Amino acid sequence: MNNNFEPKIVAFCCHYCAYAAADLAGSGRLQYPPNIRIIRSPCTGRLEIDFFMKAFEAGADGVLVAGCEEGSCHFKEGNYLAKRRVNTTKQLLLEAGLEPERLRMVNVSAASSQKFVEYVRDMVETVAKLGPTRNKKTTTKEKTGAI
Amino acid sequence: MIVAERKTIPEMVEILKPHKKILVLGCGTCVTVCLSGGEREVSIISSALRIASRIQGLNFEIAELTIERQCDNIFIEQAAEAIQKADAVLSTACGAGVQAIAERYPQKPVYAGLNTTFLGILEERGVWTEKCAACGACVLHKYGGICPITRCAKRMMNGPCGGSREERCEVRKDRPCAWQLIFKRLKDINQLERLKEIEPAKNWNSSLSGGPRMLIREDHKI
Ligand code: SF4
Ligand code: SF4
Repeated sequence: MNNNFEPKIVAFCCHYCAYAAADLAGSGRLQYPPNIRIIRSPCTGRLEIDFFMKAFEAGADGVLVAGCEEGSCHFKEGNYLAKRRVNTTKQLLLEAGLEPERLRMVNVSAASSQKFVEYVRDMVETVAKLGPTRNKKTTTKEKTGAI
Repeated sequence: MIVAERKTIPEMVEILKPHKKILVLGCGTCVTVCLSGGEREVSIISSALRIASRIQGLNFEIAELTIERQCDNIFIEQAAEAIQKADAVLSTACGAGVQAIAERYPQKPVYAGLNTTFLGILEERGVWTEKCAACGACVLHKYGGICPITRCAKRMMNGPCGGSREERCEVRKDRPCAWQLIFKRLKDINQLERLKEIEPAKNWNSSLSGGPRMLIREDHKI
């Protein structure tokens, strides 16, 4: 493990729970590691396998998906859809050669700012232990995207 | 529709290893509907290949494109430029689409990114089932619309094998016994009498066993 390694983690947060919890953590002056970059999503059910893969492709060391607690999705089943997509993506990561532990889904309510902070800390710790992603952009100019 | 499944990323990497500039070419028809080779899957597969390539130091340059139908020359034309630029094509169409591209570009290596599995339907969200084996001489009218060739594991044409348990097939316990379904359906439509007719041994000449098939429509030829 590289001691100076500061993981870059993309956190997809549901507007109705985790994003509000992150906001509440801020208002409550709760501290958490600055390694995460939050992307607000209308529901974790909006998140697709492709979004997670694109984050990893772009060099993310980890991806955290934070949705509502099971049974309390604002859109009824979005977080269950996300859970299955996260599991499918883990398989893809494994096939591509990345550790599936770099992707994690957690469930938090809008009021659980403390829990959100703990989840972020735990994720940062996990990814820090894994070390930097082996998906390092090559120096040669790479062509990506549609033609 | 034609149903297909993605090959694993290591399988694709192994196939593509000798090449650098790779076009992942999707198809917007059957494989889009069965969620294995449409635009979205092309994007996912391409990301996975780029990651695998960087990890293994393969220097793949992956381009993506999805056309409406790969089994149709009219649409293949739209991919001409992208195919020309690539060293090799990884097609995520069914086997017919892959071969259509390969025939059109004789100098270009074209590979299958999917395993084409069967002709079937979307049974429920996320579940596809096989319904037809394209035998070339359809007998559905005799069996209440349930195909014994495709849906009975033993292809029994004159009644059940006798091994089914609780309406399940003895070969595939996760699938219903086709003969149970045939019996129920014929009863529902008052055609149980049909089962008294003995179906002679099937002539498989019209199936793939008779060699690759073709359809010629003189009225449409020019
Ligand atoms: S009888 Fe032949 S053509 Fe008809 S559904 Fe079965 S396999 Fe398909
Ligand atoms: S149990 Fe039914 S479906 Fe299965 S092989 Fe026997 S007759 Fe065919």
